[in-house]
Amino acid sequence: MKKIEAIIRKSKFDQVKEALHNVEVNFFSYWDVTGVGNEKEGHVYRGISYSTSEIQRRYLSIIVNDDFVKLTIDAILKSAATDSVGDGKIFVLPVDEAYRIRTGEKGSNSLN
Amino acid sequence: MESTALFTANNVWMMICTALVFFMHLGFSFLEIGLTRQKNAVNILFKNFFVISAGILLYCLGGFNLMYPGFEEGSLGILKFAGFGIAPPEGGMTAEYASGGYTWWTDFLFQAMFAATAATIVSGAVAERIKLKGFMLFSVIYVGLIYPIIGSWKWGGGFLDSWGFYDFAGSTLVHSVGGWAALMAIYMLGARIGKFGKNGIANAIPGHNIPLASAGVLILWLGWFGFNGGSVLSADPELTSLTLVTTCLAAAAGGVSAAIFSNLMYKNFDLTMFMNGVLGGLVGITAGADQMSPTDAILIGLVAGILIVLAVSFIDKLKLDDPVGAVAVHLVCGIWGTLAVGIFGAMAGFDQFIIQLAGVGIVGAFSVISATLILFIVKKTTGLRVEAEEEIKGLDLSEHAMDAYADFRLNEH
Repeated sequence: MKKIEAIIRKSKFDQVKEALHNVEVNFFSYWDVTGVGNEKEGHVYRGISYSTSEIQRRYLSIIVNDDFVKLTIDAILKSAATDSVGDGKIFVLPVDEAYRIRTGEKGSNSLN
Repeated sequence: MESTALFTANNVWMMICTALVFFMHLGFSFLEIGLTRQKNAVNILFKNFFVISAGILLYCLGGFNLMYPGFEEGSLGILKFAGFGIAPPEGGMTAEYASGGYTWWTDFLFQAMFAATAATIVSGAVAERIKLKGFMLFSVIYVGLIYPIIGSWKWGGGFLDSWGFYDFAGSTLVHSVGGWAALMAIYMLGARIGKFGKNGIANAIPGHNIPLASAGVLILWLGWFGFNGGSVLSADPELTSLTLVTTCLAAAAGGVSAAIFSNLMYKNFDLTMFMNGVLGGLVGITAGADQMSPTDAILIGLVAGILIVLAVSFIDKLKLDDPVGAVAVHLVCGIWGTLAVGIFGAMAGFDQFIIQLAGVGIVGAFSVISATLILFIVKKTTGLRVEAEEEIKGLDLSEHAMDAYADFRLNEH
């Protein structure tokens, strides 16, 4: 089992979600995050220029069985790309165990 | 019978105007909240509630009788007090009173709505750092004493009136009076933490709700139909309709010129400048709304819009911190509008200009001196400014232990 974390553009979320559904990854969590990076956006307020380095992105957390890892990563790579700087990152982490709270079953079956 | 009908129509119009001026307090509240940070929204609303409530009570207690003490015709009155409380004079509810324009009760309430405005102007400028008790003490003295005394010089029939000074609806008597106090208050308070960097360069502290601020400005524009329209003091068909036309033209011209001029200067279309420009145009036309032709009104508005943009950046250069642009809108355009009576319209002329200038100067001097004195008293008693820690935490928490948006918080700055 692996945990795949992806930081993607908010505007790409619907496409990524659909791509994941297409490879039968139907369950995952996400949340909106603010980050800091090289990207700066110029603002002007009442004649005073200022720039903000706050970057808004969406953070996906997907737990999959090993045989789904490549499918998932490929789906995200393909659907989240715009070829411009700032498309995001994917991280892959090992997961020791997973449990389904209702039944108590564990392992790969708990992910379905 | 016909005169009763006319009297009733006049009075109804004046009560509608009274309600519109009351509505302006919502406009001020929205504008001030929108252009400041969310951590101070409850505090700003509290101040606005206090100002309108205390304003009406103080006006009842003695303000009205201080502002309209009944100076003798043509006298050079400076100070007179007709006693505490309000009680209509004989015939005050008939067409005998005020040439049948309104009843004495309407007169009182219409004027009471104006009174609180002067302190509300200050409220926006001092936002996010003034101590609540200090602001309340300041407002009580300024609205209870200073505003009515100055008002009596012109509208109460005092010396400015006898000299021929003209201020139709209060570019000077309301807006500059508030604007001067705002200027002195932000000078004595100092800037908000973070407004000026170590090198002295002004930083932007963006307001947290621009849509709310724009609602406030449009409400103020609507309220001005009553502010200026009611200052005709009857429903005179020609004067009221002319006044609304000049008022709207000046507002529109002020907004457009501020938007374009700020775009030329800063290369962006700044909505807050558009909004301040609209208000600048409204304040500018207020002194002569019944004296101007449509072209005059547009010119007054255009100049007001440019003045707004210049004044906002000039105030930053002076290291003064005015979060909502109150000084630019109410003081600078208040002065402009008052002088404009001597430049444009039916009363234009050199002599009139000099009288307008004298009025601006005398009211300015008295406002500055009295505001400084009151602020000094406030500083020595309740204290003027909150502690740095309280300011950073936000006045909503430190002064009220409340949240404006309890479960809706995007960021904490």
